[in-house]
Amino acid sequence: MNRWLGFPLVASEHGAKIDSFILIVHGLMLLVFLVWGAWMTTALLKFRRAQHPRADYHGLRTRLPYFLVALMAGAEALLLIGFALPFWHDEIVAAPDPARENPFAVRVIGQQFQWNVHYPGPDGVYGRTDPALMDDTLNSLGLDKNDPASEDDITTLNQLHLPLGRMAQIGLSSKDVIHSFFLPEFRVKQDAIPGMRVPVSFRPTMSTEEFRRRTGRPARDFEIACAQLCGINHYTMRGFVTIESQEEFDAWYAAQLEEKRKYTEDDWWTEEKTVDQPAPQDP
Amino acid sequence: MTSHDHSDSHPPRQPFWQRYIFSTDHKVIGVQYALTSMVFMFAGFMLMVLMRWQLAYPGTPLPFIGHLLTSEARFSPPGVMLPEFYNSLGAMHGTVMIFLGVVPFAVGAFANYLVPLQIGAPDMAFPRLNMASYWVYFLGGVIFLGSFFLPDGAARAGWTSYPPLSIIETPGQTFWLAGMFMVIVSSLLGSVNILVTIIQLRAPGLTFMRLPFFVWGQFITAFLLLLAFPPLQAAAVMQLMDRLLHTSFFIPSGLYINSAPLEVSGGGSVLLYQHLFWFLAHPEVYVLILPAMGIVAEIVANNTRKPLWGYRSMVYSAIFLGFMSFVVWAHHMYLTGMGTTISTFFQTTTMIISVPSIVILTALVISLWGGSIRFNTPMLFALAFLPMFAIGGLTGLPLGLAAADIHLHDTYYVIGHFHYVVAPGTIFALFAGVYFWFPKVTGRQMNELLGKIHFWPSLLFMNGIFFPMLIQGLHGVNRRLYDGGAFYANNQEVLFLNKAMTHSAFALAVVQLPFIFNLFWSIWFGKKVGDNPWDATTIEWSAPSPPVGHGNFVTTPVAHRGPYEYSVAGAARDFTPQFEPERV
Repeated sequence: MNRWLGFPLVASEHGAKIDSFILIVHGLMLLVFLVWGAWMTTALLKFRRAQHPRADYHGLRTRLPYFLVALMAGAEALLLIGFALPFWHDEIVAAPDPARENPFAVRVIGQQFQWNVHYPGPDGVYGRTDPALMDDTLNSLGLDKNDPASEDDITTLNQLHLPLGRMAQIGLSSKDVIHSFFLPEFRVKQDAIPGMRVPVSFRPTMSTEEFRRRTGRPARDFEIACAQLCGINHYTMRGFVTIESQEEFDAWYAAQLEEKRKYTEDDWWTEEKTVDQPAPQDP
Repeated sequence: MTSHDHSDSHPPRQPFWQRYIFSTDHKVIGVQYALTSMVFMFAGFMLMVLMRWQLAYPGTPLPFIGHLLTSEARFSPPGVMLPEFYNSLGAMHGTVMIFLGVVPFAVGAFANYLVPLQIGAPDMAFPRLNMASYWVYFLGGVIFLGSFFLPDGAARAGWTSYPPLSIIETPGQTFWLAGMFMVIVSSLLGSVNILVTIIQLRAPGLTFMRLPFFVWGQFITAFLLLLAFPPLQAAAVMQLMDRLLHTSFFIPSGLYINSAPLEVSGGGSVLLYQHLFWFLAHPEVYVLILPAMGIVAEIVANNTRKPLWGYRSMVYSAIFLGFMSFVVWAHHMYLTGMGTTISTFFQTTTMIISVPSIVILTALVISLWGGSIRFNTPMLFALAFLPMFAIGGLTGLPLGLAAADIHLHDTYYVIGHFHYVVAPGTIFALFAGVYFWFPKVTGRQMNELLGKIHFWPSLLFMNGIFFPMLIQGLHGVNRRLYDGGAFYANNQEVLFLNKAMTHSAFALAVVQLPFIFNLFWSIWFGKKVGDNPWDATTIEWSAPSPPVGHGNFVTTPVAHRGPYEYSVAGAARDFTPQFEPERV
């Protein structure tokens, strides 16, 4: 049913509700359009000059249309009170309950023209970031390596990995201009606004593997699109979401952490600029 | 006109430049507005045609003119537009169409020309202010279009010009702000004038409830322009200061742009600009639609040969619409991170504001019942307005409910929605108005056959452009993408529609040629008609065609009855004009 309006596959818990809602609203729209259209067509045929040479001063002599308008207003009120308002309160604005839901926290930070992802790691605490430490190639989020909390953090570019079935709690922001974080299959969209960190939460219910099977495209990934004009390469600001089991996720994370430690030993990490002290000179 | 020149109350003939260029006559200014805004609309349309080529054939040189386009800042290789230029086209198409095209046409041209005539006034209340309004608008237009010739081209941060992007973008942005400033000044001068004219200069007997619905539409529109534009003007000045004087009204601290921390004082709010912008830009939607509804109401009453059904309900709805339009602006901002309280407020007001629109549209559709309907060209355009505006209005419903907006926001669904409102909606109403009042302006009628050749294909191709947008939007294709969405795997299934839309757009351009030809040909060679060729009832038809110089009417008109007394029982003819005294 949810493919009737040509939606992408739905891969999140709340997504199916949005689809059904959009479908119901379109049903109402179609109904109103057909009533108007049928009325208008009939009137144009019945009261064309050749058919009806002398107009009737009063036209329609009933108050019925006001009743129909009231009915339409009632339908809108029902959509609003019955679904739209509670849905926004319960599913979009409400933060997941840490005690009950064990949410998976991650930050996504937009920049021209890529999505930075910051994972807090097993300690659950994000390392400190500072714009003064930012460096396009080495440390795009300005993560402070001297902060002990940053030790188990990793950052990725355009790759968002989330565990299947676990509530994802994303803190969304931007380094430069406004972007908009759009995950079509998850029915998630939220502006990434510089100077603000906006929480977004949703529960993925379809793994990347299943998505590939369902679409019949073995190389297909869930995409992150930028939905807000952010500059000349806005159209290429695409990221990818990988939904995998918790075990697969943990293995991936361990490998990323290993990679980071290896590079740290390779020394680029120490040559990075730090606040309050001059960059180390070459020996 | 010559037949009335013997009247000695008329001033001596003025030199050409005073009569036609720097005129204070509302009719000349109305025509100036009409011609200028039509040129701008055509320019805005051509910007869109260029964009549509790129969307359907990304990376392919433009046909016919491609080899001429060698500016390296815009085309590379020659004829293939760069994203920089595409973004300029996008920003300027919206800006030119709304602020230089449709609104000046609907308000500057139609209100200027018709409001004084419909209320039986000799001119606008402030003729010099009126002239100033036109020339400031003209200057604004020159600034906007001139910015295309800057080294880095025109503004390219969208027609909404959201900071911080608009603040870090090229100097075209500064010109955009300067142009907006001019357009807003012009609009304020114009709206004050319209308000005072309607309140003070109505003919004896013309009470508010005897005003044609068109005048009501313009009255509410003028209030909206007067009260909604100043916040945007303030925002434009603040943004200009952020760009030129390094203030930080709209720039927060800690930004990192182009590989370096942004050196500004910071502490500003990005969302403040959006609130100020939409505080204007939502009422602006009703500025686009109320004059159109007014035009359609006049033409429907005239061509059904019966009064409008529910005139009073329509008037009260329009007033209510005016008030409500000031408290719905943040429904453009659901996805900026709104809490439950504020989103509840704006979703509720948005649903409430849909009701008066539904009342007006329903009243117009019901007005057809019992008529004796004539299908002339103005009536065809006015009739097409009804279902097209209905699609535009109804597709606003899912966008106004935040839950559905999550998926549809910033997709082509939005583009389809507001284009249905403005293009086959408002612009069709404007065409209807041009065909309908052309005889009053020139004393001649536009060619009916050419009119129909203009109408039917336009209706077809308008839908050919905009309906596929709704389909793409539901599929999740985003707006403002240089390659039409080809970069994303998700969009592949619906990309073929880009070609259909582009071909429709080209065809739509071609079928405007009969209109342009008809317009100019009819000025000199159209069928000569009398003062009231449509057997209409409102006061403008009592003036000679064209109306006499300063003063309009030969004798001051008096209103004896309501505006739409068609097919009155017992009357000799099927229309009883407002300006005719009771027969004893």
